[in-house]
Amino acid sequence: MSDREEFTPRSKKKSQISEILKRLLMNHAAVVGMLIMLILIFAAIFADYVAPYSYEQQNLNEMFARPSLKHLFGTDNFGRDIFSRVIYGARISLFIGLTSVVLGCISGGALGAIAAYYGGRADNIIMRVLDVMNSIPNLLLAISLSASMGAGVGNAMIAIGITSIPIYARVVRAAVMTVKEQEYIEAARVLGVSNRRIILRHILPNSLAPIIVQASLGIAGAIITTASLSFIGLGVVPPTPEWGGMLSAGRQYIRNHWHMVTFPGLAIMITVMSFNLFGDGLRDALDPRLKR
Amino acid sequence: MDTLLDVKNLKKFFKTPGGMLHAVDGLTFNIDRGKTLGIVGESGCGKSTLGRTVIGLLSKSGGDVFFEGRNIKTLTKDESLELRKKMQMIFQDPFSSLNPRMTVSESIAEGLIAHNICKNGIELNRQVSNLMDTVGLASRFALSYPHELDGGRRQRIGIARALALNPKFIVCDEPVSALDVSIQAQILNLLQDLQEEKGLTYMFITHNLSVVKHISTEIMVMYLGRLVEKSPSDELFEHTLHPYTQALLSAIPTVNLDGKKERIILQGEIFSPINPNPGCRFAARCVYSREKCREIDPEINEVTPGHFVACHFMEEINGIHVK
Repeated sequence: MSDREEFTPRSKKKSQISEILKRLLMNHAAVVGMLIMLILIFAAIFADYVAPYSYEQQNLNEMFARPSLKHLFGTDNFGRDIFSRVIYGARISLFIGLTSVVLGCISGGALGAIAAYYGGRADNIIMRVLDVMNSIPNLLLAISLSASMGAGVGNAMIAIGITSIPIYARVVRAAVMTVKEQEYIEAARVLGVSNRRIILRHILPNSLAPIIVQASLGIAGAIITTASLSFIGLGVVPPTPEWGGMLSAGRQYIRNHWHMVTFPGLAIMITVMSFNLFGDGLRDALDPRLKR
Repeated sequence: MDTLLDVKNLKKFFKTPGGMLHAVDGLTFNIDRGKTLGIVGESGCGKSTLGRTVIGLLSKSGGDVFFEGRNIKTLTKDESLELRKKMQMIFQDPFSSLNPRMTVSESIAEGLIAHNICKNGIELNRQVSNLMDTVGLASRFALSYPHELDGGRRQRIGIARALALNPKFIVCDEPVSALDVSIQAQILNLLQDLQEEKGLTYMFITHNLSVVKHISTEIMVMYLGRLVEKSPSDELFEHTLHPYTQALLSAIPTVNLDGKKERIILQGEIFSPINPNPGCRFAARCVYSREKCREIDPEINEVTPGHFVACHFMEEINGIHVK
């Protein structure tokens, strides 16, 4: 036994996180994704300072202006600055993306954890109900939910959150079922640790990795669904700038004014790509088998 | 003698697609306070299942377990939570038996927290450092994670965790078989010291016969969920009566300078425990087996006080006579 080697225990507490971060930073694609993500989040939070114009400031003298230094992405059919609207749109898209994922993650995660932990009948009932939900195409379910609740940011968020519940439930269930079989869970049971504490302290922290990955990828999906909902007029109501809504509005002018649809479309694409890159990188970084 | 644990006709069956798997099939035994019962048998004979069933991790399919004279089945919810403090378990794999996201001190404190034993954080910390001291873990490891430690230290954490609640009875499920030989000895000595110090009672499950000889006061040999032979430790090694135990013991590697040592090599594979045929479970591999062995379950006879054997032809094989 080499009891003499020295290290300061306190710095060790962070070792797992720093190691994961190190592995993440070694992955160039993930770093690019993370950078774009950070820029987007920064722009969304400080939109009031970053955007050169207000998102609803109309200037009818400058309708359909082509991209120029004054209007980087040009203007739309009301003379509003598309660059500013894309930046404010990031706020909406990211907000809906994040909150709907959090909503789906927590409720789906709880259902999945309960199903896996208790097994048997609870598992059967929960998973079959979720199967029914899963049998309806995601977008169709989101459309019907937001159609019944009405358009608006809050409703779109809830609709998208609900449609993602089965996915998270599945991911969490699979993760929990693996962790559940570990001996340390048995050890906790022998100690008389309550079920609640076993789930919260032992099972969830150890099954988080796939959930985090699914969530980071899920945000990308949620942003696309938000855009789709707005595109068909069920998501965010104008004049609130939303990328999908902007695409929808620009659609009728696409022949003559390409910039109206191109930039919101690019924004969606880049955002989704950045989250996907980051999510992929995170999955690799969290997998200890890839440790180098 | 003061009996701590009394197991009567314990059964544990598992439903499998092929039928009922008889993992533990009617075991009756008891363990006296402060003693160690070693349980040996080859892989798949139901040793671990027995341990897990006794401790309550698996539900029984039949039979009764009495702890300190009380049937565990009849305990109320509060009482069985209280029982959790008295019966603990040490696991085989020190890698998977510790939560990788919990520090050493958190893992050890888990039982104390679950039972609200310490009033405040200071007391909790003191208790944990006492426990670490007891099992020989340097206090500077308190904030380390299991993956930073070697197998021996991890197993010490597992032992400290089991000791946290001041148990009377500990099921040791192959606690040293995942460790290096040099570390094995350390852990075994630690377990023996703790037993002396705290008057612990062990049920020591292992397939390592040298280990079991070293640590046990009594040994129970299992074959396919059944008791084959049970006897005080020395007696078993001196007067081995059951053909299966004889074969098992002959497999212990020894230093023998006088040339050949007789080894009994068993033919064939261990039987499937799914829907087993009546009769002696060992009959198919036993060199002495006859028709009777394949048809009638052998009774368990007490040959000398404390020495139980389950074999029809035990007298004939060993040239002894039991009244």
